Amino acid sequence: MDQNLYRRRVFINRIGITLSMLAMAMGLFVLLWILSVLFINGFKALDFNMFFQSTPAPGTEGGGLANAIVGSLMLVGLSTLVSTPIGILAGVYLAEYGDTSWTAEITRFMTDIMLSAPSIVLGLFVYAILVAQVQHFSGWAGTIALSLIAIPVVLRTTENMLRLVPGSLREAAFALGAPRWKVATMVTLRAAKSGVVTGVLLALARISGETAPLLFTALNNQFFSLNMNGPMSNLPVVIFQFALSPYDNWVRLAWGGALLITLTVLVLNVLARVFFREKITS
Amino acid sequence: MSESPEQALKTAIQIRNLNFYYGKFQGLNNINLDIVEHKVTAFIGPSGCGKSTLLRTLNRMYSLYPGQRAEGEINFYGQNILDPKQDLNLLRARIGMVFQKPTPFPMSIYDNIAFGVRLYENLPKGAMDERVEWALTKTALWNEAKDKLNQSGLALSGGQQQRLCIARSVAVKPSVILLDEPTSALDPISTAKIEELVHELKSEYTVAIVTHNMQQAARVSDFTAYMYIGEMIEYGETSRLFIKPQKQATEDYITGRFG
Amino acid sequence: MNTSPADSGILADKHQLNFSKEQIMDPSTADSGMLDQRRLDIVRKQRFQDFIFHKLTLSFSLIVLVSLIGLLVSLAMVAWPTFNKFGIEFIWRVEWDIINEEFGAAIAIFGTLASATIAILIAMPLSFGIALFLTETCPTWLRRPLGTAIELLAAVPSIIYGMFGLFIFAPLFAQYGQPALQSTLGQMPLIGPLFGGAMNGIGILAAGLILAFMILPFIAAVMRDVFEIVPSILRESAYGVGCTTWEVVRHIVLPYTQQGVIGGVMLGLGRALGETMAVTFVIGNSQRISASLFSPGSSIASTLANEFGEAADFHLSTLFALGLLLFVITFVVLAFAKILIIRTERAKGLRT
Repeated sequence: MDQNLYRRRVFINRIGITLSMLAMAMGLFVLLWILSVLFINGFKALDFNMFFQSTPAPGTEGGGLANAIVGSLMLVGLSTLVSTPIGILAGVYLAEYGDTSWTAEITRFMTDIMLSAPSIVLGLFVYAILVAQVQHFSGWAGTIALSLIAIPVVLRTTENMLRLVPGSLREAAFALGAPRWKVATMVTLRAAKSGVVTGVLLALARISGETAPLLFTALNNQFFSLNMNGPMSNLPVVIFQFALSPYDNWVRLAWGGALLITLTVLVLNVLARVFFREKITS
Repeated sequence: MSESPEQALKTAIQIRNLNFYYGKFQGLNNINLDIVEHKVTAFIGPSGCGKSTLLRTLNRMYSLYPGQRAEGEINFYGQNILDPKQDLNLLRARIGMVFQKPTPFPMSIYDNIAFGVRLYENLPKGAMDERVEWALTKTALWNEAKDKLNQSGLALSGGQQQRLCIARSVAVKPSVILLDEPTSALDPISTAKIEELVHELKSEYTVAIVTHNMQQAARVSDFTAYMYIGEMIEYGETSRLFIKPQKQATEDYITGRFG
Repeated sequence: MNTSPADSGILADKHQLNFSKEQIMDPSTADSGMLDQRRLDIVRKQRFQDFIFHKLTLSFSLIVLVSLIGLLVSLAMVAWPTFNKFGIEFIWRVEWDIINEEFGAAIAIFGTLASATIAILIAMPLSFGIALFLTETCPTWLRRPLGTAIELLAAVPSIIYGMFGLFIFAPLFAQYGQPALQSTLGQMPLIGPLFGGAMNGIGILAAGLILAFMILPFIAAVMRDVFEIVPSILRESAYGVGCTTWEVVRHIVLPYTQQGVIGGVMLGLGRALGETMAVTFVIGNSQRISASLFSPGSSIASTLANEFGEAADFHLSTLFALGLLLFVITFVVLAFAKILIIRTERAKGLRT
């Protein structure tokens, strides 16, 4: 046995393993670094006013994010209301009807691409078909843009979860004489419920932090507004504008908003995982 | 066909020249068979012989899957159910099926039973309660389940789940019940209960059961069909077939020399 | 009587809306006389509901396709004046003069490609290391929490990366990272000029670095998934002849999952190309091409985010032209990635 060769192999192995551990450590380090920076700067900005005052005018002191928080809640909430039923029913189609048809194959493929497609282009799209036509930015335009981002997420998760439902359950429902739509909605969808919830939560997390498409659709509004037909303030765009501004109180508010958004997104992600784990264990 | 059942008996399902294909593969080859009303007919044979396939043609379950098709005739009280115009949902409400593994729906025990009933009957609450109790009593599950009707069907034990599935089929009052190896996933005690149940069901229903267990076929059935590689080898009264099989292949199988 | 193949399965359920009472053929007619008008009505209603349900879900599933086509068409329509004026040359023209309306996409495309390439070069080995660690050496109880942590890196919104990059990373990078790079790599022949010039933290290199950590979780996730589909029998036999972990990965796992790994990298590339907010914060937003990666530049997405607010008329059309280019580029990259990943899974029998 060639001791030198063996030693060299073990040495190379050790280097490879060490490097892979370093890569892992580096990933974790960056995550912790970002989160700690965010928490330190964000908590400094958190105060009572942030939730009850609207965004300040240039050069004025104080101010809060009330209008942006409410605007974000409305945009994200409405987008979820729009995209959830559409995404779920479209997922049902792909899982229950679309086994072999080529339209389903193409839809599946395109949906996967849309999952990673640049969201800013979707903003351009909604700008072209809606904002440019009616000549003003609006909350509705923002809702449509966010929905278009959320639908593929819900759709693909729903389909994948429905495919995990055992075929025997589906057959058992058909064996009672149930029509397909009842089998799909009352049996398979119900069996895949927690997985579908996971998809909705992930979509929610995804659109909560989206900024780029809102720049061209909802834009921003310095004032408190519930009017979906007009420009609407929202956290991501406010953060974008304030972070790049020369005013200290604006930058501070941007950190506060960033913390709010990130906490929301992380909590949604963790919730989604909890739901999914329940699904796996049950 | 090797031997016809006695003429006095009424035929529920008449199978004629049935061929079945999974794509290009032929799963059943020229099957001819009469399933007798209010009797238990058992299908036995080594795995892959086509007994489950045959059962799944009787309620057209195979129609869910593109590429699977049947040729020939299956007459259900004179009506050819292989007719393309046959309404499948209505057919399946008349010919119920219970599967190998228990398949309780993800809903309460009560709703598991009521689900099928609600499909074709619009019963008031009281009548529905009665129907659920009737079905559960029929499957000897009422005493065990009456206090947890609102719990999930998944909370029951394996044997109870399977009886729930039978109760679910019974509740829609079909004319025929198909059992596809209903005890293969169960312990001996639960198996005994299900076999007892099969005995009682035949007073009101025509039962067809697929089993890989010859003793079970001997215990529960009135007629037995022995199948091998997609062919019907021998069919006749169970008492006769197990004691004095007419074909050498059947004898080899039931005496354990093969299979 | 025969049943045609078309009668089976899905088709059987959807082509049967029009029917008469005779066609329904209730078997119970011959049976115990349970046929009545009520049951027939129920069947008819159910068929109608099935029909509606089928069409409804179908139309919802087509929304993705329709919006994709609508997106291409509408972007092309708005972008038309730009392509009409500059022709295909628009893609490699280097001007970006808003006042005189002289535009070209070259600067933005260069910035996009350069930052994405840097990101891939950094993220690829890192994600490979992470995937290797998670599938081969990590103790089982740690796999889940560590895997989740890496996935959370993907969950952090892009704008947070932007703020982090601008306020925290860039100053440190200008103070320590860039001088270090300049005194080492900057002294080398050929690649030296890439690391020259003023060091103010932000620029194409900084954008690439931030992007690397944004796309890392996506690449790592794909790599981990495809590594896991390597049959354990292959792995075990390699260990059985005395291979080290590194050798198993190098000679068994990687060759077996090659296409999937490339697919994962392409997926990351697709993400990096279209990433907007993080890049906008740190790339410097200057419409120039410079030899040095330290110098500020702009990507397609950052140009859109920055200039859209003030753009009108022809300038707006140009931005749409940029958007169209971005979409086409990412679409091709992502489609290629997807095909490679599907092929890997299919070849290993995970898909049929």
